[in-house]
Amino acid sequence: MKMLINVPETVVADALRGIAAAHPDLVVDVEHRVIVRKGAPFEGKVGLVSGGGSGHEPLHGGFVGRGMLTAACPGEVFTSPVPDQMARAAAAVDSGAGVLFIVKNYTGDVLNFDMAAELAEDEGVQIAKVLVNDDVAVVDSLYTAGRRGTGATLFVEKIAGAAAEEGAPLDRVAALARQVNESSRSFGVALTACSTPAKGGPTFDLPDGELELGIGIHGEPGRERRPMMTSGEIADFSVDAILEDLRPDAPVLALVNGMGATPLLELYGFAAEVHRVLAERKVPVARTLVGNYVTSLDMAGCSVTLCQADEELLRLYDAPVETPGLSWGN
Amino acid sequence: MNATPPDGSPIDAAFVRRWLDTAATVVEREAAALTELDSPIGDADHGTNMRRGFVAARTAVEQEPPDTPGAVLVAVGRQLISTVGGASGPLYGTLLRRAGKQLGDEPAVSAAQFRDALRAGVDGVAQLGGAAPGDKTMLDALFPAVDAMSKALDGGSGTADALAAAAAAADEGAVATTPLRARKGRASYLGERSIGHQDPGATSAALLVTAFADTAREAGA
Repeated sequence: MKMLINVPETVVADALRGIAAAHPDLVVDVEHRVIVRKGAPFEGKVGLVSGGGSGHEPLHGGFVGRGMLTAACPGEVFTSPVPDQMARAAAAVDSGAGVLFIVKNYTGDVLNFDMAAELAEDEGVQIAKVLVNDDVAVVDSLYTAGRRGTGATLFVEKIAGAAAEEGAPLDRVAALARQVNESSRSFGVALTACSTPAKGGPTFDLPDGELELGIGIHGEPGRERRPMMTSGEIADFSVDAILEDLRPDAPVLALVNGMGATPLLELYGFAAEVHRVLAERKVPVARTLVGNYVTSLDMAGCSVTLCQADEELLRLYDAPVETPGLSWGN
Repeated sequence: MNATPPDGSPIDAAFVRRWLDTAATVVEREAAALTELDSPIGDADHGTNMRRGFVAARTAVEQEPPDTPGAVLVAVGRQLISTVGGASGPLYGTLLRRAGKQLGDEPAVSAAQFRDALRAGVDGVAQLGGAAPGDKTMLDALFPAVDAMSKALDGGSGTADALAAAAAAADEGAVATTPLRARKGRASYLGERSIGHQDPGATSAALLVTAFADTAREAGA
């Protein structure tokens, strides 16, 4: 399959060189794979470090900047970064106020961030961690690795980032991050499989005329396969899957997220259907964000994330943000 | 000074370095096959990640060869943690670091000491990953390998035969993951659909154990 790459081995490094070229407000260490906001550490402010496998752009590197992450650590494609990266990032952003690690719940990410936290604490950096696990497609039980972290990561990074920007202390920033995670649920759908550069083709076989319901963001197959559905049917299914688990008692933030290869035209149509379903289920919507934010390479499809937001979360969500991937209020 | 222990030739730093060389060669050769196994129930990168890790480990050990078997294992483990990523990096890194630390700074160890070190490493993996036998993970190759090695040593086998028994058991354990339903790692998201696929982690674990057996056989241990 055709890809706009040189060789698979340098895909991540090549992208990092491009990020450095395009975004002078970021300090990109291509060799050690750390993206840091220029000027860090910021006196008296908590540092926010996230990271994960590459292939989900703009997550996480695209969310480094004022009002969001202080640093991001990209791993190989769909492979968590190594502990050395996060330890290096923590050292780069710690002002003495401590560092929050935002970790998506995957076995690899959890293990590598845990090891990084030990390394950073050995160097005297105070670390707090928040685990993002919002994906209702995974039955959280003894029989799985637990719910995956997906779209809610954006809300966690945005809201915790705004609190850190205001100078909130580490325990407060961490508590807000956990509140956002606990208030958020997601559900994703694939219309096509994605192709990793290493494999050079689709990571699973999804025939024409069928879709996968309940997919993650790493090209892993989902919970169930069905004949192709309409945008409205997908919205019904996704929103209902979320509302089975989260009964919001406050207006929600809605992320209508593209997986990478679905055109915005289709995504906006889907956003309208999501709004229709939420109105039918009597769930008020406070804000809606539509776009490709937490992607899975070239997968076609979408995910919905709902976060029930009290006034404080909404205020922090609305606070100014200035990153390559998300920018408003400036 | 290092008398040959009763259970076979001593395992020294040169032995573990030869193992590393063999393991790196095998991982490179099998990388595509491991990635293929990782496609239906994972994310199609296990071979790529393992190859990156073992190439880095071989280079690091060649540049600064440690002089005890324990130190070689610790060095390889540290390189895997720093270069592999994913779950495999910390898990294999912990396996080898724990085993290496257990060996201490002895210049050469017996097969029984080596078996004890492997057991300590495997226990470390179980503790870190929280998996149990039958969860369709690398432990389904590693636990049987250590048990088989123990049994062979108790029965009077030498190093090479004991490691050969470990390799056979690891292989068998890896193949036996096929009908299992994954309970840990990324394959667990698939539930029932993980059944019918051999676990890539158990498969790579069997390759690494087999590399020990091959190293011992070639050395005539």
